[in-house]
Amino acid sequence: MTELAPPPQSTGCRNAPILKQRGQREVFCGLTGIIWLHRKMQDAFFLVVGSRTCAHLLQSAAGVMIFAEPRFGTAILEETDLAGLADAQLELDRVVDELLARRPDIRQLFLVGSCPSEVIKLDLARAAERMTERHAPSVRVLNFSGSGIETTFTQGEDACLASMVPVLPATDERQLLLVGALPDVVEEQALSLLAQMGVSARVLPAPRADSDLGIGENTLFALTQPFLGDTHAALERRGARHIPAPFPFGEEGTTAWLRAIGHEFGVDEDIFARATEAPRARARKAIAQASDALRGKSIFFFPDSQLEIPLARFLTRECGMEAVEVGAPFIHKGIVGPDLDLLPEVPTLSEGQDVDLQLDRCRAARPDLTVCGLGLANPLEAEGLATKWAIELVFTPVHFYEQAGDLAGLFSRPIRRADMLALDGSAASPGQKYPGGLGSGPHAGRP
Amino acid sequence: MKLTVWTYEGPPHVGAMRVATGMKGLHYVLHAPQGDTYADLLFTMIERRDHRPPVTYTTFQARDLGSDTADLFKKTLQDTYERFQPEALIVGASCTAELIQDDPGGMAENIGLPVPTIPLELPSYQRKENFGADETFFQIVKALARPAERTAQISANLIGPTALGFRHRDDITEVITLLSDMGISVNVVAPMTASPSDIARMGAAHFNVLMYPETAESAARWMERELGQPYTKTVPIGVGATRDFVAEVAKIAEVAPYLDESRLRLPWYSKSVDSTYLTGKRVFIFGDGTHAMAAARVARDEMGFEVVGLGCYNRELARSLRKLAKAYGVEATITDDYLEVERVIEALQPEMILGTQMERHIGKRLGIPCAVISAPVHVQDFPARYSPQMGIEGANVLFDTWVHPLVMGLEEHLLHMFRDDFEFHDAAGPSHHGGHAPAARGDGGAAPRPAASPRDISDPEKTGSEVGGDVIWLSDAEKELKKIPFFVRGKARRNTETFATMKGVSEISVDTLYEAKAHYAR
Ligand code: SF4
Ligand code: SF4
Repeated sequence: MTELAPPPQSTGCRNAPILKQRGQREVFCGLTGIIWLHRKMQDAFFLVVGSRTCAHLLQSAAGVMIFAEPRFGTAILEETDLAGLADAQLELDRVVDELLARRPDIRQLFLVGSCPSEVIKLDLARAAERMTERHAPSVRVLNFSGSGIETTFTQGEDACLASMVPVLPATDERQLLLVGALPDVVEEQALSLLAQMGVSARVLPAPRADSDLGIGENTLFALTQPFLGDTHAALERRGARHIPAPFPFGEEGTTAWLRAIGHEFGVDEDIFARATEAPRARARKAIAQASDALRGKSIFFFPDSQLEIPLARFLTRECGMEAVEVGAPFIHKGIVGPDLDLLPEVPTLSEGQDVDLQLDRCRAARPDLTVCGLGLANPLEAEGLATKWAIELVFTPVHFYEQAGDLAGLFSRPIRRADMLALDGSAASPGQKYPGGLGSGPHAGRP
Repeated sequence: MKLTVWTYEGPPHVGAMRVATGMKGLHYVLHAPQGDTYADLLFTMIERRDHRPPVTYTTFQARDLGSDTADLFKKTLQDTYERFQPEALIVGASCTAELIQDDPGGMAENIGLPVPTIPLELPSYQRKENFGADETFFQIVKALARPAERTAQISANLIGPTALGFRHRDDITEVITLLSDMGISVNVVAPMTASPSDIARMGAAHFNVLMYPETAESAARWMERELGQPYTKTVPIGVGATRDFVAEVAKIAEVAPYLDESRLRLPWYSKSVDSTYLTGKRVFIFGDGTHAMAAARVARDEMGFEVVGLGCYNRELARSLRKLAKAYGVEATITDDYLEVERVIEALQPEMILGTQMERHIGKRLGIPCAVISAPVHVQDFPARYSPQMGIEGANVLFDTWVHPLVMGLEEHLLHMFRDDFEFHDAAGPSHHGGHAPAARGDGGAAPRPAASPRDISDPEKTGSEVGGDVIWLSDAEKELKKIPFFVRGKARRNTETFATMKGVSEISVDTLYEAKAHYAR
């Protein structure tokens, strides 16, 4: 139980060739991260400076879940704002003044850049500085970009966290910082595991702005999400040092991640074993149960959240799946390198996307399970391919030991469902004639 | 600059997508950044379409700006034509591409593809989704429809239904029935179900049935002028409007009016005694102009409600809606600001709301029952069953869906009688709705249910102590349980207790909780 994992013999996929294609990308932009970030930071408001499209994206991605008053909104640019830039800054001041007057509970305000605000070069950094002065000390104003021309899906969280790093106070304290927005239940499990190892840790993002989190050369940080490349760079600029490790998905990933931290903090093997033994056993048991349906099945990843590589590692090594293609929007080897080391060779490792060509590959491979975005899932299901929506992986608690079984379950459910349903061979099939004999119906296939 | 939280309409290019996705053999090349591809999920998830919308996005990035976004557009257009071989293309820009002024229409013209390529000018910073649909359909009709010899039998085109439309799929069937009962055949239904070649032969119809003015009025006017086709002004939602529609069609087509009312049940249901309790229920109505105005008439004249407020979010129909509101003696609410609608509802304190999914949420928070009558709607408003709003069956559907959120007649009396009984207290809600007690207005709301959540929200937390009778929750475990998302908490609690009982454990610790979780892991 206490064995140290031997250093991997092969280099896994670290040096495998990467297929890069350029064409239509079927992914969300970074604004999407606001949906989970605003729940995590309880005194923060996210103000997107953008268009009706941006507002509509947020609404569609949030599943049109309407809160009394959510802590995000869009300042929609209008014709008049596009005409002269000076105006736009004044307008923004007005909108923010109104907002802060109505929401005195807000302590941090993020001005979030969008494609339109970037194309017209609306300087949100300048606006944030001005507003910080104006509303100090009660509100701190920061800015980051969630635009689709700069960021892909989870990169929005990265940009947000990176924007917070430069304004953290300095500290010389030797400390561990966990970086990434996790559901509370998961975050507290991580902290309690570390506490049992005798390591105390701080978390970025903190739930509130007034926390006394500092940073400096004696800060060591561990990432809990693989998409935090810019945050990683920003932390290093402040002198903090990264602890590279596989990501804490599954029993193996969690153990390796904890062990890397334990190593840095001189945690001895006995203590490590005592802290992890019981939850490791539980995780293994839960994975074994939940991954029954996954053994020997093939999986194909469309690029989406940048979680693809660590998840492929978990699914191949701990659940017995076979990866056909692992696509990621970006592959940052400094961050997912340890996961790549462990990943058994996959036929195709791809970065970026030409969605039509990738769909052709997927159809040719006919994987048992396809991980893809919401726009592709039902169309692929209609072609008889079981799918798992990638966005669920960032909305659901999936990290660390106690969620390892749930994580496997997310992937096995579509496969078990496809096995359970006895619907094929019945008369109902897509492409029936539309009532009234007007050719094919709204849901019918197109040429 | 306008601060917006929730929107009733998307940007105009989403309207163009609704037209393209409803049609066959048409493809839309949209100059837009990658994030705009989110719009696909409206069709594949909310409407449950089994095909991708026929839209190709150029997905330009920051590094393309100023250098080759135009080339990217041209290449995308070429590739798209070769891959999909559509009968016709529409091309345009989203809000961001509008700012970089690449002129997709001009570029497409220069490329000169062998099929009609129709440029769209949709001003993203001024107009919205319905305008986008109306304008797109108009441009397609203008480009492709030509005068033609009229069909031998009297025929009509049905115009207006689009993808993502509220009950458009079923309304088509209902209107076809109304017409065919009068011996009128259908020439083309468009945009939904039509291909570009179908659009080309629209001129053969004798007249047009304008089903949804929001999405097809411009095309209707153009065809009236250019193809000599009159169009209907009545939208057949409700009993009275359906009768008026039949009369209008009969006049235009010069046939005898005929309406088969043998399946019509609304009038009798409304007269039957259980419906007495509907009398004078104060309703607030909000939606797109067409559906809101139709609902007002049904509410007052066919259900016996009192209309206390009426409004719409699309300014295009503001004028006619104001006129109607005046006739009903109520204030018109014309706004696309969700918070303003909420304020009006709060002030009016209606007993029922007829609205969109937004008003459903307002209603949930205020504890006011709500039935959905108009887009925008969510996934459950694309039902599997036949559920039109128009015609005879549409009227029946209206009665059922509007009455459903309310407490039934006899039940209401019982409620009054046993007001303090724990099962009957006011907040319990109608007995036929499991767990639909009005939510308390709050703190910004409970944890959200994301679009993609796998969890079952309809597994409400049990507060009673059915299982937990003889097992005790230690406070740490209780605390841990609270951290579990509310929509699975009830299940976690029950599973843990069952597990503890099974194991003969009388106290539940954090470990028991996770042992149980591992045990039930699937
Ligand atoms: S969760 Fe239910 S109530 Fe909320 S938006 Fe979806 S359908 Fe409407
Ligand atoms: S891609 Fe750009 S324009 Fe589109 S929603 Fe995202 S930020 Fe807004």
